[in-house]
Amino acid sequence: MNKRLLALLSVLVLASMLLAACGQPVATEAPVATDAPATEAPATEAPTEAPVAMGTIKIATQSPLSGGQSLLGVAIKQGAELALEQLGGDLTAMGYDVQLAPYDDQATPDVGVANAKNIVADTEILCGVGHLNSGVMIPSSEEYHTAGLAFISPANTNPVVTTRGYLEVNRVVGRDDVQAPAAEEYAFSTLGAKSVYVIHDKTAYGQGVAEFFRTAAEEDGIEILAFEGTEETANFDAIVTPLVASNPDVVFFAGIYNQAGVFFKQAREAGFEGTFLGTDGMDSSDLADLAGDALTSGGGMAYTTVAGPASAYPAAATFAADYEAKFGAAPEAYAAQAYDSMGVCLASIKAAAEAAGGTPTRAQVAEAIRAVTYEGLTSTIAFDEIGDLPVAKYFIIKVNATSKDTWASNEIIASFDLPSPGK
Amino acid sequence: MKQFTSNPFYKFILFPIGQMLVFILGASLALSLFIILLAFLFRSNVTDFDLVERTLLILPQVLINGITIGFVYATIALGYTMVYGVLEFINFSHSEIFMVGGIVGVELMAYFDHTGALQTMNQYVVIGLAILLGMVISGSLAVTIERIAYKPLRGAPRLVPLISAIGMSFFLQDAVRLILSLTTGEFNVILPNFGTFDEFLILAVPGIENPLRFQIKSILLVGVTVIMLVGLNYLVNGTKVGKAIRAVAQDRPSASLMGINVNLIISITFLIGGALGGAAGVLFAIKATRLDPFVGFFPGLKAFTAAVLGGIGNLTGALLGGLILGLLESFGASYLSIFTNGAFGAEYKDILAFAILIIVLIIRPSGLLGQTVAQKA
Amino acid sequence: MKTFFNDLYKKANKGPWPLIITVGLMVIGSITVYQSPRSLGAFLTLMLCPMMIYFLKINTKVKIFMGLLLAIVIIPVLGIRNIFYLEVIFQMAVFAALALGLNIVIGMAGLLDLGYVAFYAVGAYSWAIFGSKQLSLLHSIPGAAPAGAEFSLSPSYFWLFLFLGVGLAALAGILLGLPVLRLRGDYLAIVTLGFGEVIRVLALNLDKPINLTNGPQGITPIQRPPLPPGFILEPIRSLLTPIVGHVPTDAEFYNVFFYLLALVVILIAIAVATRLEDSRIGRAWAAIREDETAAIAMGIPLVRMKLAAFAAGASFAGCMGVLYAANRTFVSPETFSFLQSIGVLTMVILGGLGSIPGVIFGAGAVVILNIQVLQNFSLYLSALRQSDAVIPIINFAWKDLSNQLDPAKYQKLVFGIILVVMMIFRPEGLIPAERRKRELVEDKE
Repeated sequence: MNKRLLALLSVLVLASMLLAACGQPVATEAPVATDAPATEAPATEAPTEAPVAMGTIKIATQSPLSGGQSLLGVAIKQGAELALEQLGGDLTAMGYDVQLAPYDDQATPDVGVANAKNIVADTEILCGVGHLNSGVMIPSSEEYHTAGLAFISPANTNPVVTTRGYLEVNRVVGRDDVQAPAAEEYAFSTLGAKSVYVIHDKTAYGQGVAEFFRTAAEEDGIEILAFEGTEETANFDAIVTPLVASNPDVVFFAGIYNQAGVFFKQAREAGFEGTFLGTDGMDSSDLADLAGDALTSGGGMAYTTVAGPASAYPAAATFAADYEAKFGAAPEAYAAQAYDSMGVCLASIKAAAEAAGGTPTRAQVAEAIRAVTYEGLTSTIAFDEIGDLPVAKYFIIKVNATSKDTWASNEIIASFDLPSPGK
Repeated sequence: MKQFTSNPFYKFILFPIGQMLVFILGASLALSLFIILLAFLFRSNVTDFDLVERTLLILPQVLINGITIGFVYATIALGYTMVYGVLEFINFSHSEIFMVGGIVGVELMAYFDHTGALQTMNQYVVIGLAILLGMVISGSLAVTIERIAYKPLRGAPRLVPLISAIGMSFFLQDAVRLILSLTTGEFNVILPNFGTFDEFLILAVPGIENPLRFQIKSILLVGVTVIMLVGLNYLVNGTKVGKAIRAVAQDRPSASLMGINVNLIISITFLIGGALGGAAGVLFAIKATRLDPFVGFFPGLKAFTAAVLGGIGNLTGALLGGLILGLLESFGASYLSIFTNGAFGAEYKDILAFAILIIVLIIRPSGLLGQTVAQKA
Repeated sequence: MKTFFNDLYKKANKGPWPLIITVGLMVIGSITVYQSPRSLGAFLTLMLCPMMIYFLKINTKVKIFMGLLLAIVIIPVLGIRNIFYLEVIFQMAVFAALALGLNIVIGMAGLLDLGYVAFYAVGAYSWAIFGSKQLSLLHSIPGAAPAGAEFSLSPSYFWLFLFLGVGLAALAGILLGLPVLRLRGDYLAIVTLGFGEVIRVLALNLDKPINLTNGPQGITPIQRPPLPPGFILEPIRSLLTPIVGHVPTDAEFYNVFFYLLALVVILIAIAVATRLEDSRIGRAWAAIREDETAAIAMGIPLVRMKLAAFAAGASFAGCMGVLYAANRTFVSPETFSFLQSIGVLTMVILGGLGSIPGVIFGAGAVVILNIQVLQNFSLYLSALRQSDAVIPIINFAWKDLSNQLDPAKYQKLVFGIILVVMMIFRPEGLIPAERRKRELVEDKE
């Protein structure tokens, strides 16, 4: 009579064990058969007390792998993945099994924070690479900070990311409070703009850049015709009509390419003849597919970026070729930066491991990151006391492409090395 | 006179078109006068005509934008209103039917582009084919959804089918995304460049400084929807099927007793509503040039607002509601920032639609043209 | 099938079995979670425990003891070993409170509210604005934090705001309810949906003319209430050190603290909901839900009762909003999207409209599904994709699997399927309310 109950219980226990196995991502060398992980996994569940020497080290990535910005987010993950494959050898030689733990933040702060708690709870993760969106990075990094887990950002340009002065937060790119004034300087001096129409996408990133641009423009005496934010993604009529009527010299769009492309196209169609100016959110070949001729007709389109195209970095040629061979597509913006971030992670873990004479703690890794000088693809990386590059590269790129295939024809019309403004 | 009004040409073509013209002119005039009055009131001092000038400068374009989007809303709103008329049920997934129609249409054009046929074909044939395909797919999708998710729930408490419809709507958004991501690796669908739709018809009017600019795609959009609306009007008021639909809407059990196949008529209603939504989707895609699986949500909500505004269940009401809502939204989004000097801007336009919905429901719950329907428990 | 489970339930309730099962689960669950803190299966085993305690027939005193043991000792200890579990349980508690609140509005009074998350936002923003430096930034550009900005209130005001949040949300509920409660059910659904969007858009845009919400940048940092003083905390810390294997940090204590706080709120919410259900108000709501006309005829003050339902439902969300803002130290408008409202609705529908244990179960199930099962499955797939593994038989290499297929991205799909399937096959929910079950069964016949 009670046998059935026992049977059910045992089924329950079995099922939970199976789930337990699933919950534990299998090691890279997972055997082929699908039922194998169930028997394998318990062995990989290393005890968490005092890390056993030469165990597993994981490096997390967090970026949007889905949604409208997945093109850039996936590039970050893949850049890091390639770096781990090519540069992970040192740690493997020391006897560590180095793995990538990619997380999808869906470009949403809530998901980012929940993932961050999951990441910091995994004691095998010693370092992380991410995020794409500053709006996600800022709340998530509070979790990294409390847990002492070092993160290196390949893409976040919002000043607040580093100005909080956390030891654990670093970035290998420049900042919006330098980038936006650079864009304004280009509009003022090179284009000779007298009036500008500022539009942003109502995200932490877009609004942040737009505010810095506005401040710089006001100082130079450029007339700000309007300062608008919009969440619209399809029908921009209501914004375009007053815009065309006020006839600005330059339209500054602070946002992401998938919204900007449609907007550029509709503004051009409605008769805007001036120049479009954007920031690093525009840096994706999809922009050309979305906007088409609108990018080159009239006053054309230019954008500032903190991540130049692969051609801007002499050292990145082999990287671009390897990337294309592995993933079947040319690297998008931030892929090289993610590669470098992962490189810094690996080098610092190695340095910390050597200093500690065994698996390092997170704090040791975080300290090592601040101490390291790393020869990366994009620049020589050494962080200052708040985690910025003391001098970062900024580019102004003029778009010549009208479709995805010709994206490489864009030219760099200026590049600067500008110091970080600090705290 | 009586003979004239019973003339089918008058009844089914001239009268509805005339009605639309009256609606457009009436709403445009009223709103234009209102905004000009506001401009005079809000200017900083009596001699300063800057605000008035700026208002007048963009007024024609604002009107054109409003009417264009208004027709899109009206076409979607018809889908809501027809289903509501027959089943007394808000088909929440209608916005996804609209989205699917748009995406299917764009994918067809992208396919033509891929095979190279796009540049050699007549542009109007391409659009026609895309609209037709969008209508067929959306119509059959609507019927399928009805069969799967709503039919088993007929007779259940009111909220049950509504929740099922919300679930269907969410399901469809992600299902379309899944299909698109698996086939193309991405879920943005981008309209290929072809034809002369981006060009403008420029009309210089004596006395107005800026010539009026009509974009060809806007004209196309309005033209196609007008044809569809006239066709729908004939279908509902001039055919036997239409009579059956009206009968089912009025009293389902009695209609059934009269030998009308109620299930068939309900399916036909969904088919028509879905097809209209699909066509609106393709037209919207031509205007917006980029779609994703989540694009239907806001137009769908606004179309529903339009349907309620006009009086849900009433076809003419949906048209009127759509036009008024489109115009109001266009006015609000374009002028809010000018009048408040940047303190409030276009970002409030979605709130505007909801505010209108709430106000209408409070003051006149049956809508502008609706009769008071006895509340059913 | 059904009789099989009924039999099983009856057999499990005989003799010593209930005790054996619950204690067994508790011991097995605790040990497995302790040993492998990252295993999902172990966690689920532990989570089965409270369900068993609730459903099996055990002496009430024993039940309470076991529940307290689990909630106050086992979970905090295990949670300090892996704070992600505390995060999961905290989210379960937050959503359970939201689901309980929504359950009052939908399940008891029969008013479909699609913008429920708006009240959550009201609570969260009320503490976010007053508990951060925002009040001294009213006239500065969003995103720029000028030096010298100071917190306007001391962190202890959190406790006051926990109650203020309840009041503000209830007020918002009444303000929304007053004009729209005359509407028919389906109109009401759309209007509340609109209201939810309005609150989100306001949060997004009220950074000008006065910078009240800091717009899309979100408000951060938000203060947390102070931890208990050292003479209480330190003994606990030294007690826990050998058990969890490291010295628990303040951050970990904060996680436990918020978990316990959420638990208290849940308990109060359950108590209030249970009392309401059986009170005169609760019966009035049931009458309104079943037949408004008849309810009016019986002399039930329709609008006042509907307003009471809105206010009561909203207040749960407001309280949790305050708690959430302090826990996250960050709020931004993106948290309060329509998807969240539908998520809470899904929990209520899945568990059972009108059923208090049902909606709590629903909240737990959906949260675990969302942030554990789907995420873990995604990670698992991604590990497979990195490997050279091939699916046997069809000879498909895992690494060719599209990146877009990650299950974690298909939340909406999952919610949608749950809603449709539940409505068609089991509208009364997985753990139906007794009264509701009778009604729906009658309806069908």
